[in-house]
Amino acid sequence: MVQARNITKSFQAQIVLRGVDLFVEKGDVVAILGPSGSGKTTLLRCLNFLETADGGTLEFDGETFQMGHVSKRDIARLRKKTAFVFQNYNLFSNKTALQNVTEGLVIGRKMDKVKAMEIGRRALDKVGLSDRYDYYPHQLSGGQQQRVGIARALATDPEIIYFDEPTSALDPELIGEVLTVMKQLAEEGMTMLVVTHEMSFARNVSNKVIFMEDGRVLEQGSSKEFFENPKEERIKAFLQTLRGGA
Amino acid sequence: MSDRLLGIIVDSFTKILIPGIKVTIPLTVLSFSFAMVIAVIVAMIQFANIKVLKQISRFYIWVVRGTPLLVQLYVIFYGLPNMGIIIDPFPCAVLVFSINEGAYCAETMRAALESVPKGQIEAGYCVGMSYLQIMRRIVLPQALRIAFPPLSNSLISMVKDTSLAANITVVEMFMATQRIVARTYEPLALYIEVGLIYLLFCTVLTGLQHLGERKLSVTAERRKDPWYRHVISQSRFRRR
Repeated sequence: MVQARNITKSFQAQIVLRGVDLFVEKGDVVAILGPSGSGKTTLLRCLNFLETADGGTLEFDGETFQMGHVSKRDIARLRKKTAFVFQNYNLFSNKTALQNVTEGLVIGRKMDKVKAMEIGRRALDKVGLSDRYDYYPHQLSGGQQQRVGIARALATDPEIIYFDEPTSALDPELIGEVLTVMKQLAEEGMTMLVVTHEMSFARNVSNKVIFMEDGRVLEQGSSKEFFENPKEERIKAFLQTLRGGA
Repeated sequence: MSDRLLGIIVDSFTKILIPGIKVTIPLTVLSFSFAMVIAVIVAMIQFANIKVLKQISRFYIWVVRGTPLLVQLYVIFYGLPNMGIIIDPFPCAVLVFSINEGAYCAETMRAALESVPKGQIEAGYCVGMSYLQIMRRIVLPQALRIAFPPLSNSLISMVKDTSLAANITVVEMFMATQRIVARTYEPLALYIEVGLIYLLFCTVLTGLQHLGERKLSVTAERRKDPWYRHVISQSRFRRR
C-alpha cells in the first residue's frame, strides 16, 4: 500500500536520511526502531510531507509521487487518506476533546456537523474517553490527551496511521493505556507505522520491524525474525543492551 | 477656592466631556478598529513568511515605529497639501492613528501568533485542514487570547494619544479645554480637569480589560468545570 524508495533528506550540512526504502502492506503494523538521531521521525514526517524530502519516490495506493516535488494539491489529497499521531499530542488547545476530533471532519472535509459529532463521539468512546467529550486538553492527563490524538486520527477514517513516538512524552504509568488502544487498533486490522522505543509493542503487536541507524535501514522484516534471529551484529548488540537495561 | 473658579470648573465639565464623547471616543474606536485590521494582516503576512509582502511589512513597521506620532500627523495634515492631497482633520487623524497603532499592534500580534505551538499547525494539516482554515480556527483564536492584555494596553495609550489631534485642528477634549483656558486664564484647574476625564475614560477601559480577561482566562473555564471542582474537593479531602 505504501512503498517508498530511496528517500533522502538533509538539514543544511547534516544528512538525516541516506536512501531509505520502506514497504507497508495493508493491515501491517510496522515498528520503526533505532537509536536516537537515526532518522526515524524524519522518515515518518517525510512520508506525510511535514518535511519535504530531497529525493525519493512514494507509491501510495498505486499512485506514484516524486517526494522532492509534490504539488500542494497532491499533498492535501494524500493527507486526507492518512493520519498522524504526534509525540507531544499537538491537540488544539482552544478546542474540547470532541471538537479536536471533529475539526478535521467539519472544517477540513466539509462534513455535516451532526454526522461529524456522531463519528467523533464514537472515536472517543473507542479510546475510552466517553466521559471526557467536553474537556479541554489542559484538563486531561497526558495519556488521555494522546488518546484524544488517536481518536482524532481514527475519526478521519485513514488508510494508514503514522505514530511518531506516541508514548515517549508520557509518564510510565500512563504508557499502558495508550499502548492498549494501539494494540486494539492493530487487532482490528488498522495499518500502522509506528516509530517507537517500546520493545514490547514492537515484539508483541507489530508484525514487521524496521531498524534504522544513521539514516539507513539496517534491517527490515518480520518482527519475530528480528527479535529471535537478528542477522546484523549491530542489531544483536542493540537487543543485548535492551535486555541488559531491562 | 473662589466661586468664580468653581463656576468655571463645573461649567466646563460638560463642555470638555461632550467633545470627549463626540470626538475622542469615536476617534479612538475607529482608529483602533482599523489598527487591528492592519495589525492582523501585517502580522499574518510575516507569520506566513510571504516573500515581498514581508519586506514591505517590516519596512512599514520600521518607519512608523521610528518616527514620532506628532511628526506623522504634521506630514499628512500640513505636508501632503503641498502635493495637492488635502484631507479633513478628523479623517486625517483616524488615518494617522490607525497606521501608527497598526504597526505596534502588528508586533504584538506577531509575537502572539508565534507563541502558539507549531505542532498544532502540523496537526491541522494532518487532519486535512488548509493553512487559512488552521489560522482562522486554531491559531488566531489562541493568539488573540494571548494578545488581549498587551492590546488593551495599546488601546488605553491610544485614548490619551488622541489629544495630539488637537495639533491638526481636531476639536477633541484637549483642544476644547485649551479654548476654555484661553478664555478664562485658569490653566491649572482646567488641565487637571481634562486629565481627570482622561483618567475616567481609561479607568472604564481598565475595568473592561479585567472583565475581558476573566472571560477569556483558562482558569475561569476550569472553575466552571465539574471535574476540576471534583479534583479540588478531593485534594482538600486528602489534606484533612
